[in-house]
This record gives sequence, C-alpha cells and structure tokens, in this order.
Amino acid sequence: MIKGRPVYIVDGTRSPFLKARGTPGPFNAADLAVETGKPLLNRLPFSADAIDEVIVGCVMPGPNEVNIARIIALRLGCSNETPAWTVQRNCASGMQALDSAARNIAQGDANLILAGGVEVMSHAPILLNEQMIIWLAEFGRARTPLKKIAALSRLRPAYLKPVIGLICGLHDPVVNLSMGQTAENLVYQFDLKRREIDHYALASHQRLADAQDNKHLEELVTVYDRAGKFYENDDGLRRESTMESLAKLKPVFDRKYGKITAGNSAQITDGCALLMLASEKAVNQHKLPVLGHLCDSEWAALDPAIMGLGPVHAMTPLLKRQRLKIDDIDYWEINEAFAAQVIACKRAWADSKYCRQHLHLRTAFGELDESRLNIDGGSVSIGHPVGASGARITLHLLEVLKRTNSRRGIASLCIGGGQGGALLVERTND
Amino acid sequence: MTEKKDKNQPLHWHTETDADNITWLSLDRVDAGANSLSHAVLDELKAILEKLHKQPPTGLVIRSGKKKGFIYGADIKEFTALEDAAKTMALIRRGQHIMGMIESLHCPTLALINGVCMGGGTELALACDYRVADTDARLGLPEIKLGIHPGFGGVARSIPLLGAPAAMDIMLSGRTVFASPARRMGLVDAVVPLRQMESAARHFISTRPKKHQAKWYLRLASHPLVRPLLARYLRKQVSKKARKEHYPAPYALIDLWQSHGSNKRAMLNAEVTSVSHLMMTPTSRNLVRVFLLQDRLKSFGKDPAIDEEAFQHVHVIGGGIMGGDIAAWCASRDLTVTLQETRKEAIANTFQRAGKLYKKRLRLTHRVTSALDNIIADPDGHGLEKADVVIEAIYENMEAKHDLLKSVEPSLQAHALLASNTSSLMLEELDTVMSAPQRLVGLHFFNPVAQMPLVEIVNGKQTAASVASQAACFAHRLGKLPLPVKSSPGFLVNRILMPYLMEAMILVEEGVSLTNIDKAATDFGMPMGPITLADTVGLDICLSVAKNLSEKLDGSIPQHLIDKVDAGKLGKKTGTGFYRWNKGKIVNPDDNEKTPSTELTDRLILRLLNESIACLREGIVEDADLLDAGVIFGTGFAPFRGGPMRYIKEIGAKTTHNKLQQLSRQHGERFAPDAGWESLLTGE
Repeated sequence: MIKGRPVYIVDGTRSPFLKARGTPGPFNAADLAVETGKPLLNRLPFSADAIDEVIVGCVMPGPNEVNIARIIALRLGCSNETPAWTVQRNCASGMQALDSAARNIAQGDANLILAGGVEVMSHAPILLNEQMIIWLAEFGRARTPLKKIAALSRLRPAYLKPVIGLICGLHDPVVNLSMGQTAENLVYQFDLKRREIDHYALASHQRLADAQDNKHLEELVTVYDRAGKFYENDDGLRRESTMESLAKLKPVFDRKYGKITAGNSAQITDGCALLMLASEKAVNQHKLPVLGHLCDSEWAALDPAIMGLGPVHAMTPLLKRQRLKIDDIDYWEINEAFAAQVIACKRAWADSKYCRQHLHLRTAFGELDESRLNIDGGSVSIGHPVGASGARITLHLLEVLKRTNSRRGIASLCIGGGQGGALLVERTND
Repeated sequence: MTEKKDKNQPLHWHTETDADNITWLSLDRVDAGANSLSHAVLDELKAILEKLHKQPPTGLVIRSGKKKGFIYGADIKEFTALEDAAKTMALIRRGQHIMGMIESLHCPTLALINGVCMGGGTELALACDYRVADTDARLGLPEIKLGIHPGFGGVARSIPLLGAPAAMDIMLSGRTVFASPARRMGLVDAVVPLRQMESAARHFISTRPKKHQAKWYLRLASHPLVRPLLARYLRKQVSKKARKEHYPAPYALIDLWQSHGSNKRAMLNAEVTSVSHLMMTPTSRNLVRVFLLQDRLKSFGKDPAIDEEAFQHVHVIGGGIMGGDIAAWCASRDLTVTLQETRKEAIANTFQRAGKLYKKRLRLTHRVTSALDNIIADPDGHGLEKADVVIEAIYENMEAKHDLLKSVEPSLQAHALLASNTSSLMLEELDTVMSAPQRLVGLHFFNPVAQMPLVEIVNGKQTAASVASQAACFAHRLGKLPLPVKSSPGFLVNRILMPYLMEAMILVEEGVSLTNIDKAATDFGMPMGPITLADTVGLDICLSVAKNLSEKLDGSIPQHLIDKVDAGKLGKKTGTGFYRWNKGKIVNPDDNEKTPSTELTDRLILRLLNESIACLREGIVEDADLLDAGVIFGTGFAPFRGGPMRYIKEIGAKTTHNKLQQLSRQHGERFAPDAGWESLLTGE
C-alpha cells in the first residue's frame, strides 16, 4: 500500500526487447540500462545529479554487475552522493522497484527517483557443476607436478557438464517445478484447451504487430551497441504465426502430453524499462510533464505450484481497498508469462467458487474484458526479460491511458515462487 | 650575497631526510606548472648531490613535488639560446655529469615516477638504481621528435637495461611507454598505485634487490658481431619512415650504438658529441621551433576570464563523419555530448568509430565505457537547451544552415558558445539570420578529428572577441591547438593546401605519372603525396573546397577533377579516384622509381609558398610563426622544414621569387608572385 504524498510518473523509456538467440546478446545488462536511460534523462529538464535515488529491478545481473542500480546510476551521470539499490522479486523485480520508489516519495524521503528494471537473459551465466568446482580446488592445492598429474587423473568427463543458469532460474526448487510446469497445473485446474491457449498467443502477436504498425509503442527508444548496430523494435514478433503453425509446436515442459509450448509462453528476451517518479514538489520545481499518478500497490502470495494466478490474488485486495469494481478499470496489463496463465486468471475471477474459496469474495469478481487487456500485445510476443517486465507493463499502461484518453489502469504480474503484484495508476484528465 | 643564499637554499628542490635516514628529494619548479630540467634546476641538483656525496644517506628517492607528472624533459625553451656546438657540448656534458653523480652515489637511489616522465626525466630515472612508477605513468625518450637523441646518458644506460632492441625501438620511435609495458620491458622495476608509492620506495631502499639488467639474450644484441647486422636492419626500418637528409638523428643514434655499443664510457662521450652536433642542424632547430610554437597556439586557449570547467555539455548538430567524430572526440575528453542526428545509421556509425578510437586511445575498459556513455543520441535535439557549447556540423548548404541557426539561436543558454564547423561557407553570410550575429564563431576541425591537432578558430566580421576567445579555450579544453584565423574562403589551411593539390592535378593532366607527383612531394618531406591526399580526403570534398576558393585560385580547377567527381570516382571511399583503392590501400600504382625532377617539386611547393605569402598579406593569421604552425599542424607540412615561411627564409625570398617568376613565364599566371613578396624582398 502506498500512503502519504502523491506520487507521479513523469516519463519513461523502454529499450526494444531483443529475443535471446542462443548466444549472448549485443548488450550486457548495465549497457542496456544506460542506453535506455540516456534518452530519458536527456529529454527531462533537470540534470542527472538532481535525482535523489535510483532503484532498479534485476534478477540476474552479470557477475561484474553487483548492485547494478548503482552502476547504472553512476554511468548515467548521477552524482556520487546518489544512493542506488537493486531489488529482486523475481518476475516482479521491475514492479518492485517502482513500488519501492513510490513509497519513498510518498513518505517524503525523496522527490525524484529513477526506477525500473533490466534483464539480459541472453547473458545468463553458464556455471560449472559442483563436482568440477571441487575438482578444481583439489587441483589448485596440488603443488608438485606429480600431485598435479594425480589430480588430473581424477578428472571425469561428467564434471564438464555445465549448469545452465537460466534453466535454474526458471525452476522452483521448493515445489520442484519449472515455471512452465506451474502453468501446466493451471491448464489442468481450469481445463484449458490447447486451441484457446494458442489463440491467445496468436492474438498477442497480432496486437503487437498492430501496435508497431500504428506506432503505439511511444515509450520505445532506439539503442545503439558498440559494434555500430542499432535496435529500434521488439524483435520477438512473429507476424507469420498462424493457428496451424502454433498447433505444430511440441509441449516443452510436460513433454508430449502437455499444452504449454514455446509458442504460447513468454519469450526469453533482453530488455529494459526505466521510469522517472516524482513528488508534487519536484513536478512543480522542474515543471515536469505528468504521465500519471501511481495510486496504490499490492503484493500477494499463494501456492508456488500455481504461481500464475498471482495477479488475481494481488489485484483483488487492491481493488477492494480502493472500492473499485472490474468495470472501473479502463485498461489492464497482466503480464503474459504464459498465455494459459493469463486465461487462468480470467477464469478464476469469473469463477464464483474460486473467488469464494481463495479470494474472500462472496461471488465471482467478474468477466475481464479482453479488449481492454494487453491491447498492444504482451510478453508472449514482446518477450519477458524477467526483471524488466513489471516496469514495461506499467509504463505502457500509462501510454495506453494517454492514447485513449482514459483514466484508470492496473498493471499486474505473476511471480515465480508463488506471488503476485499489482499497481494501480491513474491519469488526471487535463 | 643573495646568489649565495639561493645556492644554499634551492628553490626548485625540496630535501627531506626521514627517521630511516632516507633522503626524499622532490622537484617542484617554482617558475612552471610542470617540471622540466632547466639550467637552474640542474644547478641546484648538482649542489645537492655534491652534499650527498660527502655524506651519503641510507638511500635517495627522487620524486616530483607536483601532482601532475614527474619530469617532462629538458627545458626546451633553453635550446633556442644555444648558439654554437661548443656551448651545447658543455651543457650536455654537464647534464651528463650530474646524472653520473646520481649513479655514483654510495647509497641506493630510486626514481619515484608519477605521471609523465619524458626525455631528461627518463634519463635521470635511468641514472638511479631503481625506478618505481604509478599505474598511470607514461615514460619515453622522445628526443628524436626534436631532431636529436638522448644526451644525458640515456642511450648508454637504456641499452644495457632494456637490451638494444627495446631501447632502440623506444628511442628511434620516440613513443610513449605506459606503466605496465614499461614494467615488462624492465624500464621500471615496479608499478604501484599512487597510495603505495612511498611504501614501495622504502621497500626497494631497505631490501636493495639486485638491479635490473636486460636478459642475456637481449644483451647479446649488443655483441660486436651482432651489432652491424641489427644496425643494418634498424637503418632499413628507419629509412621507411624518415630520410637521412631530412632527419639525421635516428641514423646518428644507430651509428652511435653500432660504434660504441659495448663500451659505456665511450658511448657516453659519443652521446655528447653526437647530440651537440645534431642540435645545430636546421632539422633540429626547426623541430624545436615548431615544438615551441605549440605553446603559442595553446596560449590562445588560455583566458583568465573563461573557466574551462564550465564546458560540460556539448551539443553537436549533424552526425556525419565530421560531426560524429567531433562528438566522439569531445566525449573522450570527459564531456557530455548530445548528438543531434535523425539518421540512426549515422549515429550507429559514430558509436562504432568512437568505440574503435577509445579502445586505442583510452585502452582501459572502464575508460572506454565511460567515454561511450558520454555520447547521447539526440534525434529531437533536447540537448540544445542544456548545452554549454553547440557545434553545427550539418552538410554545407547555406539555406539548411540558415534554417538551423534560426531555430537554434532562441533555445541557447545565455552563456552557450555557438560554433559552426563549416569549411566553405562565410560566417558573414551564415550569421545574417541571427539576432545576435556576434555569437557565431567558426570552429574548423580537420579530418580525421582524432589525429589532427589543429582547430581553426574562425573570426567572422561580427564575431565578438570574447566569443572567439571562448572558442579557443574550448579547443584547448579538447586538447587541440587553437589557431585564430580571419574569415576568408578556405581560412588558412585549406587555402594554402588547395593550390598545391590543384597543381598536382594539372600535372596529372600533363601526363606526369601519379606516383612521380606523389614522390616529388614525399621527397620534399610531405607526409603523403598530393594525389594520395586528394584521394584520401575525397575528390568531392576537394572539388567543393576548390570551387569555394576558385576566386583565389584564378579559376583554374582542373577538368580532370570535375570529370572524376561527376563519374562518382571520389577516391578512397568509393574505391577509385586517381588511384584505385582496395581496403584502404592503393592497388597497383604505376611503380616507376624515377627521381622526380626539381621542377616538379618546385611547381608543387612554390604554389603553396606563394599562397602562404598571399595569406600573410591578407592577414589570415597574425604572423609568419602562426602561419608555419598552422600549416604544419593542419596539413603535416614537412615539420623538419619548419613551415612554409621558415622554408622561404632558408632558401631565400629572392631565389623563391625568381623561381616563381620563371614558372609563371613557363606555365602561366597562376605562378605570378603575390604582391606580398614585395615587403619580404625589401626586408631581405
């Protein structure tokens, strides 16, 4: 819950989301965040050293990017005296950064905070397996050539098998399920059909294609790498996707019999989104534009095995507290970790039994209008750089409200490990 | 009486002896911002060393009392006062003797090197038993760049220390050696961060490790049987870069080593004779003068009324090659740069070129990253309102620039400097659309920006003096040499270069072979022949500058050039110009190694000289010294010749004038001596 002074989102930028293609992408996380932040700070009327704090969400910064927020802050020209910290709440890291920033502003601790998220999943580390590490330590201790030879003789080919950091990150160790398998649980629980899941995924691509064609992704900025290339659009979009092509894809998490495929899951992607949050004082002092008002936030937790329902668990108490009904919200951004998981959220709210048992409601919360949900595509087509998505959906939601000249919106996402987060934003119609 | 007192209490050196009886000798010249070995500094050092010889401490550490740099070398200004070889010889011998006094002290000696350590500074360090450098130290023996070689024992001491191959490489190239490679080659014994300098020095003094010496196989290079072979190889290498008749010093250095390579005593003596002789050569005199002229140019960029620190944010409009490279250069000098350009490819190319440049110049990853972070793509021009300096570098079109200046002017901060990088348009025409035309100044950078040290500060008729001074200070902040020039077509550098290039093209039309023309120029000492230069710069650019200058060139633009540009053969960048190019190299030049006739050289050079006289007459620059400096730093004009005006002086104004008259009879009006010769002839 955000209590205290009003919190404004004045502006924000997002990098193109670049699909991971098996090899490390063109940017490391700090580089991408700096490239995203430069145009943002450049177009704002104050200098970087006016920023009071920098908060960045990132799940897997590179090994040389410890407290990546501080690295980003200094590289963007914030002063040595500007504190910066990195938050990690898995898939909601970027949203957590916004919430933390909002609370600090609301409490009066800061007036200008740069917050957002970055994730460069293509750079996720490949690790040595534990046996290899033990062997290396032994080898290091062997001082004489003879002992070295002896140590060498104990090296086994199996030790060389690497550990893929990304796969570890997408696996819940408590319930021993991969994220995709938690989505399979939802398919089972709500009896979802492959066709409706694929249909949702296809719509995500079509919506993104429309958004690109109509230049509805106002928040995008072009980023430049060091090799002389530039990137201006999300490159995970598959315009040629059809129901037939999606139907051909094999399930990847519950092999053979499952329904979750690479085509109806969020893409593994590199991306960054940064927002500037400000108090009323800062808005007046620097004569800042206002994109919207960040009104409230909510975090909820649930069984990790059905983490995909996190959004309904977070949004319900938030809306109740604000005395808002489903129709009071003009637009929704619910992160598409899996197409099935978004459909399951809709089903859960429409299901009076689920609402009674799990959401402390007397009846079903209602039917979520799909024409107001993720209207410009979502993570299935854009990609889901875990630490960045929370910031992306919030920023884009504000852009949608602005474009449609509407008032209220909710951004929400499910969080691996069994949580949900939601933010309520409002545009003051001027 | 006062003199005696001065001698007892040195002004420049501070001596401190600590509890361990280690003497810390710090050089902090009172009369200069940077340390160099002036007469006075050496006098004092001699007196101090004499005392130390009588009563040696446990150890001697020589260090700099200045934060910025150890010792930059000899005090080069004093070179100009040396009139004859005998005086010079005495001076060198004395310096060498003082270095010898350090070497012969009966205690361990150590040079604690922070930052820059060049020439005499390095020689002093070499005379110590140990050398400890900080991580940012840069060492070198760049005497060769002044047409001489080390004379304070630098040759005799560096060779046994580093081995002949490394030592000769450093001295022949005059290159700067950074701390880590210096450690690897043995030039310094340890590289430590500044905070550990004192501890490291104490460690060396107290533990007295064995003094460094080149490995046995490196010492082998100085064996009497190996020396002639290696010397021959070195001569061959040097001859690729410099001719003996132009640059005698490297050859003298090789001779010195070949003759005395295994006898230190003899080598020290020979160093003195060789250097004293070299210092009297016109080459060295000219190089020293050119070196000192840099200070004159730098002084234009120092204005007590202007704070260099106030330049923080540069906004460059136009991301072509020039705009992009200016942006990249500014960013490498710790300035925030917004690059206003809508073509994303152009911005991406800027980042690519910047990345390459930084890797080479800044080397360390964090510095490269920081410089790249300084460049901000700014298609919408948000940076304009925040910038302290705005540089216009869009394409050369009056209308486009007018539109731009009109839209830019109202958004500028009150203190912001507004500069145009135009090379062909007149400031007086550009500023007509401005409400405050006195704000506009020309900042003419040369291509390639990173390599060319000169920036012409173009004073338009309306340009305020304070604005011109601000522009010069900004150029100085960028580490460039500012040269104030009058606003006139071609300013100084292009104006002087163009007749020379045009004459080369006329020679092509007359059927002279391309390589022969180029060779005539390189034989004279130009870094590159005119045809190669034109191809490299781009024939389209040459043509546009030539057109711009057509009035001054008597309208003589060779048809050849126009045809090539029309055919899209623009030189290196398109693969064909006068030469054919492949991957930046000339393909199959018509290689006839014929020696070009003197007439060929004369036709090229005399047009350049004649134009120089015209520029002086018109007051494009203040005086002959500045003209020489501008032409050398702007075009690379044979530095050992000291610049066009110096060259005229050397061969005689009358002779040159006569030659011009003769050429004008043979080849036409374009050789007619400029009116400016009159004053020069009467002066002679």
